[in-house]
This record gives sequence, structure tokens and C-alpha cells, in this order.
Amino acid sequence: MTLINHKPPQRGLAPPDIDIAQARLSYAGRDLFADFSLHIAAGQWTCLLGPSGVGKSTLLRLIAGLETPAPPGRVAASDGQPLQGRIAYMAQQDLLLPWLSALGNVSLGARLRGEAVDDALAHRLLDQVGLGRRTADRPATLSGGMRQRVALARTLAEDRPIVLMDEPFSALDAVTRLRLQDLAVETLRGRTIVLVTHDPLEAIRLGQKVLVMAGRPARLIEAALPDSAIPRRADDQAVLDAEARLFRTLLASDAEGLDAP
Amino acid sequence: MKWLRLPLVLIGFVLLWEAIAALGNLPPYILPGPLRVVLAIGAHWERLVGHASVTMLEMALGLLLGTAFGAACALTLAYFRPARLWLLPVLVASQAVPVFALAPILVLWFGYGIASKVAMAALIIFFPVATAFFDGLRRTEAGWLDLAHTMGARRWRVLWHVRAPAALPALASGLRVAAAVAPIGAVVGEWVGSSAGLGYFMLQANGRMQIDLMFAALLVLAIIGLALYFALDAGLRRALPWVADSAPVKQGD
Repeated sequence: MTLINHKPPQRGLAPPDIDIAQARLSYAGRDLFADFSLHIAAGQWTCLLGPSGVGKSTLLRLIAGLETPAPPGRVAASDGQPLQGRIAYMAQQDLLLPWLSALGNVSLGARLRGEAVDDALAHRLLDQVGLGRRTADRPATLSGGMRQRVALARTLAEDRPIVLMDEPFSALDAVTRLRLQDLAVETLRGRTIVLVTHDPLEAIRLGQKVLVMAGRPARLIEAALPDSAIPRRADDQAVLDAEARLFRTLLASDAEGLDAP
Repeated sequence: MKWLRLPLVLIGFVLLWEAIAALGNLPPYILPGPLRVVLAIGAHWERLVGHASVTMLEMALGLLLGTAFGAACALTLAYFRPARLWLLPVLVASQAVPVFALAPILVLWFGYGIASKVAMAALIIFFPVATAFFDGLRRTEAGWLDLAHTMGARRWRVLWHVRAPAALPALASGLRVAAAVAPIGAVVGEWVGSSAGLGYFMLQANGRMQIDLMFAALLVLAIIGLALYFALDAGLRRALPWVADSAPVKQGD
């Protein structure tokens, strides 16, 4: 797939680091996070893994400003500017609006902010994700992979320095998933990415930092990674070894159980 | 086969009607047979068309007004929290008043012309439209709202671009109910006090023991009601092609 251009993200200038400090968040009377701190490096892919219910998605929502940590916890950018307005969000469901065409979905953000809709940009971005011929089609007529491509184009249209992704590829078949991972790395280059995933291979392929979340309240274990550039090859022995090690970490952390004291 | 179903049902209904009228040995002033009724329609065609057009106008205006107020009310309730707290109980309580009981008052206020019937139809249509649409507005997919939030959308733009379109299928079900009750509002209004319309025509025919004419008016009313429902249904399907249950999606591929 050829790329049109690689201009760095514009809205809000260079991607900042993200600091989460002393975050505390309870759900149903239990602490998901207590005194939780995490530093997310700028311009990198940070992947989060862990058992269901450990709070990965909640952590993303915390960064996205969809949840508020109890004081004194805070989520801040390294440059001191607010994170609000510098984040794009991609979920497991593509969240495409069924009444809009692919094109309309890509330019949804502009419409929601009351800005002029740039159809030429939306066309270009859909072209970039390989859907240049399906711009007028509604989501229902597209396959799961195509729908996630539209969601990726919509994320690109937002042009934010920080992109949060919550298992965006998990509903796709293996080959489509590999293609979309490659496409995401290409198109999102230069941005700060936080990716929540259940797939160890995905984390090893894409992560420049891979963290396993375990226990309740959650703590973080950093996984070792091969010394190569992303997207790493899925059939590379070093990648497969790292995946195996990550699997063992996940199994060990899962054995602890979520409800251990 | 599917398009045959309605004609078959109608033919069966007419045959049953004729059978009851003939075999039950009922006098025509209790139950006139279908043939008599059709002949009556033919004989009084011009008067029926005149009265029917009045009733149709009342229904159409009532539908328009009731839908406009119902939709506006639902949007207000969805957007303003105080409206939800204060207006919603009032709305629910208002349904304790039987709308039919209001008909004499409406005639008193709006006169014998079509205004009181339009008001009656609008009142009866308002509630199903408002509740269905409001229900739809409350059930917006949470993920869409999260997405809109991260996109930095203002609340009213979220309402306009996300919540309202997402609630259109719910509004459509409200409208289908509205189409079914619109004739009730118009005819009840006409019964209470009027000088035109199918309801008025039926009362006149009843007073003169022209029972076949009463049935003729009833039949015309039923046809209008059915036509209104199916026209609205077809219009809604066209307007909302993305709603899964109203249009098979996989036609193209």
C-alpha cells in the first residue's frame, strides 16, 4: 500500500508524554487502581495487556477524560497543556454511525465541532486506508475489516497527537488483523499510541513498550521486546520467542487471580 | 405470494360479511351486505368524497401538528434536565385525562370547524410520538457518546448529529402508532360537533336510518386509515434505509 504523505500531527503540535500519577478508581466497591502511576512515552506505541476486568479499558477511559480519577490522582501531559482536545479514540466496535456513508463517518468530528467539512481530506484518508472506491457506502454494506479501516480513517481525520485504541482489531480474522496492524503503524507514525489488546502477538508486533496489568488494585509488569522496528514480522523467531515469554507472564499473572488480597 | 396476502384477506373478509348478512337473515338496517354498501358508495360518491376530504385534511394536519409538538417535546426533554424533572411527570399525568372526554371542550374552544378536530387528532397523536422519540433519544449507544466526547463535540451538536438520528427508528414506530390513531381523533371530534367530515356523515345517516350509508362511510374511513398507514410505512422505510429491520442490507453484494 502506498502512502500519500507523512506529515506529523498538527493539532496540538508535537505529541506529549502522558503521566498518570496516584490514580485511584473504584468500580463496584473495589479498587481498580490505588496509587497507580504510569508514564507513557511520546511518539511510541505502548501496549497494555491483562486479564478481562483488570481495568485496561478503564485506564484508557481515564486518559481520554471519560472517567475522572479520585483526588489526588491526575492524568497530565508532559508539556503542561490539557489533554482534552488532543486525543483520538478507537474502540473495539468501530462506532460508525449507520446512517452516514463512509465519507460522512470520516468527517464526523468536524461536523460535531461545527467546523467546515473537508470532503477532499476525507476522500484522501479513505484512499489511504484502501477504501477510495467505497466512500459512498454505508457501514452495513462493508465487511468488519473495512469498517475498522473507516474507523482508522476517522481517527486520522481527527489528526490528534495522542491515539487511544481499545482492542480495535480483536474482532477481525487473523490476516485482516495483520494488514490493519501494519496500516495503523504506517499511518499513525509520530503519534503517542496507547493500545489495549488481548492478543500477545499483537502486543509484541506493535509495542515499543508492552505492559501487563495484573491484580486488583492493578500493578504493571513490563515485558521484554525484540530489538527491531515496528511493525515486527509475525513470523520472526525473535517475535515468536517474545510472544511465548509474554504468554508465560500472562499465565503467571492470571494465576494470581483478580480477587487476591 | 406476499403481495397476494392482503387481497386474499380482504376477499375472505367480504365473503364472511356476505355470509353473515345472508345466512343470519339479518335485515339490511342492522347489517347491510357488502354489495348494498358498495352500491351506496356508488350512489353517494360525491358526498362521500367531499366529507372524506375534510376528514383526511383533519387527519393530515393533526398528524403534522402532533408529530411536530411530540418531536419537539422529546428533544426538549432529552436536552434539558430541568424539563425532564418537571415536564415528564406532567406529561404522564396528562394521560390520565381521557382524550375523548376533552372533545366537547375542544369544540367549545375551537368551534365547529376543522380546528377542533385537528386539535383532537394532534392531542391523540402527540403522546405516542413524544414517548417513542424520547425513549429513542435516551438509548443512544454509549460508545457513540464517548466518541463524540473525545471529538470535543458540544452537547446540542451531539443531540443533532448523533442522538436524534439514532432515535429516528424509534420515532418511526411512534409515527406508525400515530397513523393508526389519527382517524380516531378526527372522527371523535366530528361526532361531538361538526358540519362536515365522515364522522358527521355517519351521524346524519344514522339519524335517517340509512344504515348502508353508515357502513359506506365506515368502509371509506377504513380504506383511508389503511392507505395512510401503508403510505407512511413506505415513506419511513425509504427515509431510513439504514435501519436493519426495514430493509435487507445484503442486497447489493
